[in-house]
Amino acid sequence: MALLEVEKISCVYGDRPALDDFSFKVVQGEIAALLGPSGCGKTTILRAILGFEPILRGEIRIAGELMSRPGFSVLPERRPVGMVFQDRALFPHLTVAQNIAIGIRREPKADQDQTVRRLLGIIGLGDCYSRYPHELSGGQQERVALARALAPQPRLLLLDEPFASLDIDLRERLSLEVRDILKETGSTAVVVTHYQDEAFAMGDRVGVMKQGAILQWDTPFNIYHRPVSRQVASLVGRGVFIEGILREEGAFDTELGRVQDDHNTYSHPSGTRMDILLRPDDVLIDSEGEISATVTKKAFKGDDTLYTLRLASGTQLLALASSHKDLEIDEETRLSLDLEHLVAFPRTPE
Amino acid sequence: MTSAAGFSSRFWYWGSRLLAAAILVPLVVIFGAWLAPTTEVWGHLAATVLPTLIGNTLLLIVGVAIGTMLLGVSLAWLVSTCEFPGRRWFDWALMLPFALPTYVMAFVFLGLLDFQGPVQGLVRQAFGLPASWSVEVRHSASVLAIMVLVLYPYVYLLARVAFLKQGRAALEAAHTLGMTSWQSFFRVALPMARPAIIGGVSLAVMEALADFGAVAVFNYDTFTTAIYKSWFGFFDLNAASQLASLLLLFVFVLLYLERYGRSRARFDNGTTSLDSRTYRLRGLRATAASVYCGLVLLLAFIIPMVQLLLWARHWIDDLDFAYMSLLGNTLALGAMAAIATTAGGLVLAYALRRDTSWLTRASVRIGTLGYAIPGSVLAVAVMWSLSWIDHRVAEVWLWLTGVEVTWVFVGSVFSLILAYFARFLALAFNPIDSTLEQVRPSVREAAQSLGLTGVALVWRIYVPILRPGLLTAALLVLVDVMKEMPATLLLRPFGWDTLAVRIYGLSSEGLWERAALPSVALVAAGLIPVFLLAVRGRR
Repeated sequence: MALLEVEKISCVYGDRPALDDFSFKVVQGEIAALLGPSGCGKTTILRAILGFEPILRGEIRIAGELMSRPGFSVLPERRPVGMVFQDRALFPHLTVAQNIAIGIRREPKADQDQTVRRLLGIIGLGDCYSRYPHELSGGQQERVALARALAPQPRLLLLDEPFASLDIDLRERLSLEVRDILKETGSTAVVVTHYQDEAFAMGDRVGVMKQGAILQWDTPFNIYHRPVSRQVASLVGRGVFIEGILREEGAFDTELGRVQDDHNTYSHPSGTRMDILLRPDDVLIDSEGEISATVTKKAFKGDDTLYTLRLASGTQLLALASSHKDLEIDEETRLSLDLEHLVAFPRTPE
Repeated sequence: MTSAAGFSSRFWYWGSRLLAAAILVPLVVIFGAWLAPTTEVWGHLAATVLPTLIGNTLLLIVGVAIGTMLLGVSLAWLVSTCEFPGRRWFDWALMLPFALPTYVMAFVFLGLLDFQGPVQGLVRQAFGLPASWSVEVRHSASVLAIMVLVLYPYVYLLARVAFLKQGRAALEAAHTLGMTSWQSFFRVALPMARPAIIGGVSLAVMEALADFGAVAVFNYDTFTTAIYKSWFGFFDLNAASQLASLLLLFVFVLLYLERYGRSRARFDNGTTSLDSRTYRLRGLRATAASVYCGLVLLLAFIIPMVQLLLWARHWIDDLDFAYMSLLGNTLALGAMAAIATTAGGLVLAYALRRDTSWLTRASVRIGTLGYAIPGSVLAVAVMWSLSWIDHRVAEVWLWLTGVEVTWVFVGSVFSLILAYFARFLALAFNPIDSTLEQVRPSVREAAQSLGLTGVALVWRIYVPILRPGLLTAALLVLVDVMKEMPATLLLRPFGWDTLAVRIYGLSSEGLWERAALPSVALVAAGLIPVFLLAVRGRR
């Protein structure tokens, strides 16, 4: 059974609608990530689940129990929900241990201390017991905020842009680390973020959001390789669309030759003009390849290089190549395609 | 929303407006004095002393502005971008003159440099001059010099922070673009620090305009002394109000400049690099820097302090019961004002967060305007407003009971506390506001989602976080009330003399040596906020 059920809720933020007819479910032990640009209503949904935002329509249930519906709302402090705030919101006047213990202050002192020490061990900050928040680095503060939210053993944990203020390296490391901690403690969690790598690294399932609605709710793999719409495809990952004409049996005629899709069937009539998504990892730089192109831009990233290439027709492609190959700008090269999963949408008149 | 939340938001809503009215009404009342028929005293004043007053005031503004700017900016530049012997020490020591009230500085220097003072005596002895030889020190230049020595820290403090915040990168960038040290100072550092400098200079000039004690000691006629004379000399409150309103016009111009300085004060690169010393001075230049800083410190703090202590030693016997009651009055007034203003500051700071309407923001702005308004002006304003209220109260009372009452509020401790409240509300507001800033909305929500609500929320989260801010606010107000002179002189009820009143009484009769003892007490109290500033600067 789903632990969190958000059913067809609508919310306003200030005086403009933030969420409309919004639904999703999270099952026990699962980590869900909501991915979307800022202003898409991600934070509003968390605040509605927490009980800080009233809802105009729909229902929110946790473990089958009604939390919110229009005109009714369980107080935030009565909900079995923990939250890691975007700015962490640690209490500046309390030590790390006191911060973590504040949610379980009614338990016997010895139990509190045991919980605090156990959580400090899990987050790897055993030696920070009596430090103050301002004495910690950003990543350490993040972990303390997580431990504080976990201490009362909430049924559901919410994380609002947890690593937004950290640098890229730390963000990558911490998102995997936090995922491990959540799995280790058997938590059910919803993470909200506008970083795709973070959502993919942490979420068992990812919801791609835009303007108060979920476009696709799926595993990271499927979101990337089987986006359900052009919108999702362009919001997630890099890539370019090339034009193709649908022929029988899932084959397309493109300026790069004929490409074949063995995974999907298309109900569109033969001869339909479609847009086919080419991810940078679908395009290989290959001296044996049949397609010729010119390098127009290159972005060296250390372990690989992202090339922008121009075909004779003027069409631009992206290709990711190992950094051992070093092409110069304006250099001629040859390409081949490595298409496992083809993504194609009927061309929409603009 | 529950009704309790409705009540509490209404409380902050009306609380902030009420406080703004407490500041605004007296100011409006002052300008109202022009509606009353012109008195003989005013005619006399306008014909004889007004041109002198305006001339003196302009001279004071220009002199203090230039003086504090030169002194404050040069010192701030040295300690924040150069390295020379004693720099770390001067960094905080140069704030010390803040602890000296202008009027104490004034009488100490007069005592030192006067005809009978030790300096002229030594000069006569050394050059074998006759006993009749003397130099007049009650000169406008002396007043300016003293004001500059006491008030330069305003510019020093703000400019220092501005220079530190620019970081060494801006200066080094200037050098890589081929500028010399002097060019990068004038073309990069100074323009970047301009808002802070303007802010500091206008604060210093505001203080100079508000000063009563120093100008009184030097017989330098300004609006504050004229207000005092028309009140106590001619008992003409109307003329005093008219003078006060003219002084206010000067203040408004300064206030505008200061706000300009503050609103544009983000000319920085956002990071404070504490190790931004770009220039390591050597040899003669290093010595010159140390000597310059040392000389300022010597004149502005060490000499007056030593002189005060020497004088105070002779009059230690003054410490009797009467003296203790003086100290008691001072502390009692200070404590009452501190509690009232801290509560007021809390209301304003919290209202600003609970209600974001423009009227609330305007109320907070008006409520924190009082620091710019001279104590003597506020005294006149409070007197006007309360005597009007007293008359109405008397009428109603007579109508109700048939008994005549005279003054209810006028001449009461309440009137004095009201003036302190108006003057120092901003002083209390600022530290509370900046600590309240730490309790971001998410902190409150985090507490709530962890089950902390109501009393537990206030007790475990708000009180501990705000405590340092509230204490700082109360302490700052206490110290400033202790030092406050003009409003206290004008409004104090019978039997409520304070240390500052005693200092005025003694120094206006030329009894410098006896005035030293209460002054030492005030300077000691004044060191507390300087210490707080220095500690905050370290962090």
